[in-house]
Amino acid sequence: MDPQAAKMIGAGIACIGMGGAGVGVGTIFGHYLAAALRNPSAAQGQFGNLIFGFAVTEALGIFSLLIALLLLFAL
Amino acid sequence: MDPIHQFEIKTLFPIARIGATELAFTNSALFMLIALTVILLLTLAATRSRALVPGRLQTVAEMSYEFVAGTLRSTAGSEGMKFFPLVFSLFMFILVLNVIGIIPYTFTVTSHLIITVSLALLVFLTVLVYGFWTHGLHFLKLFVPSGIPIYILPLVTFIEVLSFLSRPVSHSVRLFANMLAGHITLKVFGGFVTMLGALGVVGWLGAILPLALTIALTALELLVAFLQAYVFAILTCIYLNDAIHPGH
Repeated sequence: MDPQAAKMIGAGIACIGMGGAGVGVGTIFGHYLAAALRNPSAAQGQFGNLIFGFAVTEALGIFSLLIALLLLFAL
Repeated sequence: MDPIHQFEIKTLFPIARIGATELAFTNSALFMLIALTVILLLTLAATRSRALVPGRLQTVAEMSYEFVAGTLRSTAGSEGMKFFPLVFSLFMFILVLNVIGIIPYTFTVTSHLIITVSLALLVFLTVLVYGFWTHGLHFLKLFVPSGIPIYILPLVTFIEVLSFLSRPVSHSVRLFANMLAGHITLKVFGGFVTMLGALGVVGWLGAILPLALTIALTALELLVAFLQAYVFAILTCIYLNDAIHPGH
């Protein structure tokens, strides 16, 4: 196989990992919304935790995007 | 209609040349200066009158102060307030750069990895230096959580060290990737509008849909611009909290 083509395919495969981060971020916001509707007065105090959980989960998706970007542009 | 073209760095005028490295005033530097001017004007003009009942401008400045101060106080405690100037500068700088970047024909400084890596390394090194300076070797307790069975402690410590070292990577690439992906998406949808518009009257009718989507995406980008600045600031607060209170 042409190495350039293999690189492109590898970058595409690496991006699949972002789907997992999508599921995780969706779970976090979904559960936050469900809990906020049950107890709206406590929701505001947990906004920082929400953003922190979102950031930590998103970081894993970013690592797979990073692999894709490295394959496309750096290696 | 190359969607990557907007991220090109252009030399406005060269300054000096050291060896093989060329120092130049680029469009990136120009937009950083513009952002700095906007922040300075906002804060200086807002605090000039110092009215008891704040006007519009003063309300904006007070709100941004209270917002960052509240975030910092709730995550790093009152001892964290000595880092307020750092967190406030980072938040305002990234927010203004992101928002300026949404305006058409401007340049998005935060869509370049070198800028975000510099900011993230600044935070990372601040945490390291301050942690070792105030706590000495007790700072290493950060990597050894208490209440863990001794036989899995090496594994947990290894994971903690690895997650600590990957912080600047995720911290910087998050901002960079969000800005890059958002602006490429905007340009691709803008490209659809011009491609359909070239087809004549039928194309104009068809171009309404991508045009509406471009407007909706611009609104979404405004949200992302604020959210990413906030995420950067709150992660800075959380990392600083580790340096201030290293024991879990």
